Amino acid sequence: MAIRTEPIVLNMGPQHPSTHGVFRMRVTFDGEVIVGLDPVFGYLHRGIEKLAESRTYTQFIPLTDRLDYLASMSNNFAYCLAVERLAGIEVPERAEYIRVIMAEAMRISSHLMAVGFFLNDCGASVYTPLIYMYREREKLLDLFDMVSGQRLTYNYMRIGGVSHDLPPEFLPALRKFVREMPAFIDEYDQLLAENEVLLARTKGVGILPRELAINASASGPVLRASGVKWDLRRKDPYSIYSRFAFDIPTAETGDSYDRYWVRVQEMRQSVRILEQALAQIPEGPVRAEVPHLVRPPRGEVYSRIEAPKGELGFYIVSDGSVAPYRLHVRGPSFINLTALREMCLGWKLADAIAILGSLDIVMGEVDR
Amino acid sequence: MDWLHWIFFALFIVVFVLGMVMVFIWMERRGVGRLQLRPGPNRAGPFGLLQPVADAIKVLLKEDIVPERGDRLLHTLAPIVSFVPAFMVFAVVPFWRGDGAGLVPDLNIGLVYLVAVSSISVVGVFMAGWASNNKYSLIGAMRMMAQMVSYEVPLVLALVGVALAAGSLSLVNIVEAQGLPFILVQPLGFLVYFLAAMAEANRGPFDLMEADSELVAGFHTEYSGMKFAMFYLGEYAHTLGVAAIGATLFLGGWAGPVLPPILWLVIKVLVLFFVIFWVRATLPRLRVDQLMAFAWKFLLPLALMNIFLVAVEISTQSLSALWVMMVVNVVAGVLLVYLLSRLWRLGGGRVAV
Repeated sequence: MAIRTEPIVLNMGPQHPSTHGVFRMRVTFDGEVIVGLDPVFGYLHRGIEKLAESRTYTQFIPLTDRLDYLASMSNNFAYCLAVERLAGIEVPERAEYIRVIMAEAMRISSHLMAVGFFLNDCGASVYTPLIYMYREREKLLDLFDMVSGQRLTYNYMRIGGVSHDLPPEFLPALRKFVREMPAFIDEYDQLLAENEVLLARTKGVGILPRELAINASASGPVLRASGVKWDLRRKDPYSIYSRFAFDIPTAETGDSYDRYWVRVQEMRQSVRILEQALAQIPEGPVRAEVPHLVRPPRGEVYSRIEAPKGELGFYIVSDGSVAPYRLHVRGPSFINLTALREMCLGWKLADAIAILGSLDIVMGEVDR
Repeated sequence: MDWLHWIFFALFIVVFVLGMVMVFIWMERRGVGRLQLRPGPNRAGPFGLLQPVADAIKVLLKEDIVPERGDRLLHTLAPIVSFVPAFMVFAVVPFWRGDGAGLVPDLNIGLVYLVAVSSISVVGVFMAGWASNNKYSLIGAMRMMAQMVSYEVPLVLALVGVALAAGSLSLVNIVEAQGLPFILVQPLGFLVYFLAAMAEANRGPFDLMEADSELVAGFHTEYSGMKFAMFYLGEYAHTLGVAAIGATLFLGGWAGPVLPPILWLVIKVLVLFFVIFWVRATLPRLRVDQLMAFAWKFLLPLALMNIFLVAVEISTQSLSALWVMMVVNVVAGVLLVYLLSRLWRLGGGRVAV
């Protein structure tokens, strides 16, 4: 006799420990198997794009900190780059190096959080991997604290450079970090890369096929894990990235494990870039002569960088006044989320959480 | 004075269990802290020793909330049903040498009693899941039922090996039969027992029914205040139970040189508990289908092989050459675990929708 069963609908979120903030998934289960999934966004909408229209170009910088708050200097970087492109401002050499150093340190910090929370979502139940990752992130936060006096929302970059020069203790501390970091990444690999339970939970789970990844316009580690060698630092070079030697790690299958693996490899590459930048950084001014109120000429610009989570783009339309006429943010977390349904269907409840964790979303960027 | 004996041990067990649970909570919080590169709670009392007391006071002062659409009676009854069996287990545990070393330590069906009593608490968990009128609770409770049914089987089979070797079901006789602790004579049996017991006590990578990253808090999502504390205490008491049984059946119970017997029992329990929370702090959680596969495809064959080995050794009278058998069994155990882990992977995968 066949037993009659019914699917159940479960609202995971917006209040849920593992949806990375206030993300909500309306999931339909058949037993524990997912047969339907609708992502619901918007619980953290703050209208940042509209707010930009009533602020001067400089005043908007602190608001970009609140997009991807785990990599806020990358957002500063992307925004300042867009405005500079629009207004035709040249950035001094030293400021470019400082920006690259900050962006790469930010990438390491963001990936540490991504890997830590991913393992947490896999159910390393008392946060052990996350706290190990915090150990290194703490050193980075100390570095950021030195330059900006903040630990999360730095507001360090300015249009035409950075707000002020590096303090004298910064470069020695960063050198020490760069020296130590590879050993710590080796430690993570040793503890995690071949952990049987982790492999069983993530290998082959939540596959994002190459075609789908491209069609969903995924970017960043999520796209590279699916086997597409696409990194804006190489494909559309900005700032001074063409001066550095680094590899673009890619994986084959695009499962959760690959996304984890690509992030760990990217941390190694970021350390390489930091090493080179430390060796090359020149003396000089850190900020171009920019008027207090920037008035870019009429026109529009789309400028993008490779943020830790993918392609972060700023589209700005200027009407020649002190504030943007329209500003749009292309948040990588938001776009990477679009393929979530296809990745989760047919997997179990626990896998959905792990897959979401492997996408590494930040709600500040998804909802804006 | 028979009734004096009953009253004494009834009180003794309550004090022993609650005291040990306090020690466990302190030890786990401090120990996991150390494993995670942080000091752990160290503000309440010296070395944070009063932390469990502070926890208890906090939880006692919390409001007790029953979901509006929930089943009030079941909701209240559930923590009690899952709490009490954790104490009942200790009725048959001998705490020291000689007659009357426990409530009824020489109960002639001691092992059967243990197995029977320790599975009652599942009922409480399911009552909690059902009465909460919450989908997370219900999923957690359903997982718990499936998991218990699966893990009782290898657990009992591992205990059969002990009963065979000791020739008795009474825990006093089993302790006395261990000239050499059974962990050395039956390493495989101990491994199976320990893994299955961790799953029974909702610990380690097997804590699926309260998987905090998926199910918020599993079956006790809707519990607060004292009722939550009952579940919390019950979980630790259950862990204490499986550790005490493990120590009694496989590590020689109270037996040991120099120190007083009860201290030996406590030391062995603490060692087992250390391993339990060490694993918990280290490994990610298994998925529900992998968990079932692990019980039926990995632990069950191992448990059967263990019974087979022990039975052959008993029937050939070779158990008298204990040290030789110890080496043989350790080698056989390692080989079997290695072979099984080569031949078999944690399964499960995508279902076509």
